[in-house]
Amino acid sequence: MKAPLLAIEGLCKKFGSLVVSDDITLQVRSGELHALIGPNGAGKTTLINQLSGMLGSDRGRIVFDGIDVTRLDLPGRVRLGLARSFQITSILPDFTVVENVAVAVQARSGSSFRFFAPVAFEAALNAAAASALHRVGLSDRSSARAGSLSHGEKRLLELAIAIATAPRLLLLDEPLAGLGLEESKASIALLHRLKSEFTIVLVEHDMDAVFDLADRISVLVDGRVIATGAPHDIQSDAAVRSAYLGDEAHL
Amino acid sequence: MTAVRGTPTARLMRLLRSEARHAPALWIFAVLVVVPVAARFGPESFLLSLLTRTLIFAIAALSLDLILGYGALVSFGHAAFLGIGSYAVGILAAHGINELLVQMLVAVIAAVIFAAATSAVSLRATGVYYIMSTLAFGQMLYFFAVSLSAYGGDDGLTLAARSRLFGTDVLANDRVFYYVALVLLAGFYVLARRIIGSRFGRVLSGIRENPLRMRAVGFEPFHYQMTACALAGAMCSIAGVLLANHSEFVSPAYMTWQRSGELLAMVILGGMGTLWGAIVGAIAFLLLEEVLSGLTEHWKLILGPILIVVALGGRGGLAGAFKRLRQPGSDGGVA
Repeated sequence: MKAPLLAIEGLCKKFGSLVVSDDITLQVRSGELHALIGPNGAGKTTLINQLSGMLGSDRGRIVFDGIDVTRLDLPGRVRLGLARSFQITSILPDFTVVENVAVAVQARSGSSFRFFAPVAFEAALNAAAASALHRVGLSDRSSARAGSLSHGEKRLLELAIAIATAPRLLLLDEPLAGLGLEESKASIALLHRLKSEFTIVLVEHDMDAVFDLADRISVLVDGRVIATGAPHDIQSDAAVRSAYLGDEAHL
Repeated sequence: MTAVRGTPTARLMRLLRSEARHAPALWIFAVLVVVPVAARFGPESFLLSLLTRTLIFAIAALSLDLILGYGALVSFGHAAFLGIGSYAVGILAAHGINELLVQMLVAVIAAVIFAAATSAVSLRATGVYYIMSTLAFGQMLYFFAVSLSAYGGDDGLTLAARSRLFGTDVLANDRVFYYVALVLLAGFYVLARRIIGSRFGRVLSGIRENPLRMRAVGFEPFHYQMTACALAGAMCSIAGVLLANHSEFVSPAYMTWQRSGELLAMVILGGMGTLWGAIVGAIAFLLLEEVLSGLTEHWKLILGPILIVVALGGRGGLAGAFKRLRQPGSDGGVA
């Protein structure tokens, strides 16, 4: 069997006496969209923070494409191709939309210790940024101030920024949060297109979207992975039903 | 013929259009070029001396704006670099090395080393702790200078003459010295603008906007902030070299924390993050100080409230007020 793109082995994290990641072992295969679901407080965002390098781990290992990245920080992991989006939108509000993306392209193309040539005229950066914006459907907002975008547009901009870092794995933390019905539909269509190009780990509360998009799903409850499998296996898993879904039998 | 003549004209027009965005800076420099001529009709040597002093502090304020306005790094120890520059002049002159360019080179090297060493520590802190640690490093250098008894200690040391430029004593002429300072200010302004518009400048501004976002696309803010501190420190040390030559005197007083505070006040008064605002701020601050101190010995009681009004009421300082005049509705914030 092919080695997984991301292997998580016995990962633990405690905040004081509160165990938020409890011996998590997971494999993300190359090319799949792996969804992480679980009730609020299950430790999904904590796990994403550990995977992206924003948060250290008390025990365990994270191996990305054969490289142990457990001790690597956030920028280091991004440069290896492990990009993330944030649950709470994180953009450069006073930059234009295209500058937000171009600076991400810049991070992976050549040194940024260049002090004289005007960056605004770097055709390669602008072209790559325009292409990322085109893919998320934000082309017509390129020259707007990023802070002036609507909430839905900001979420799309975050996706464009993540894509522009040329990632091999995208960690998406609730990309649909706070979106209206129409925006949500458009974003799900976009995620369908992205999953054919990128390996994705998706944290999302919208169960319809998760079961529509995911190749495999892992269920996190109280910091533990209680089940991993294909969507239909998860739907019929007794442990998942009792521990997580409770009385909600509508799945 | 028309095409041949048209091309340079078109290029000139393009240049002028792109410069139009920086029209305030062009006006400032135009005024600074002709002011010494006007000074001849007044008490020339007094006016020239005052104006040269404002140019020198404009360089220092400009360098501070690089890290304050574009990096959001509130340094309360920037005057240390004025001290480094002026002591480079004083100490080298005491050993018979009078060439300005050599003194500048030594000042820049010392400034870069000091900036790198101190920011390596300071940048590990953020917010008010960063401010405190820059203040602490500035004070350390101040007390080090006070303890330099071989070079005057607390009393400072008087220079026998101004530095020599390419072996000549042209700097002894106040008009020449004024224009040397002006050329350096203009050069640094252009340089700073290039840096802000470069790849490096974009990363630095991005870190100011949202460090987490920049880390999440792969930038380590520390390296860029530290480089910015070294650039700003080097630039300010040149102002220090000029300051020593201007007063023909070197003293620890150049690097007190009050002086660092004045530099901050100049940038905030003029408007952070515009570069030309820092220049206007330095000029306005020193002229206000001069005028007010002529009116009353309690002039700080007047200057203080003016600064408070600008800090609280005038977002973006003088540059922001200017922007609001030209484009009503603009918030006058950082560009």
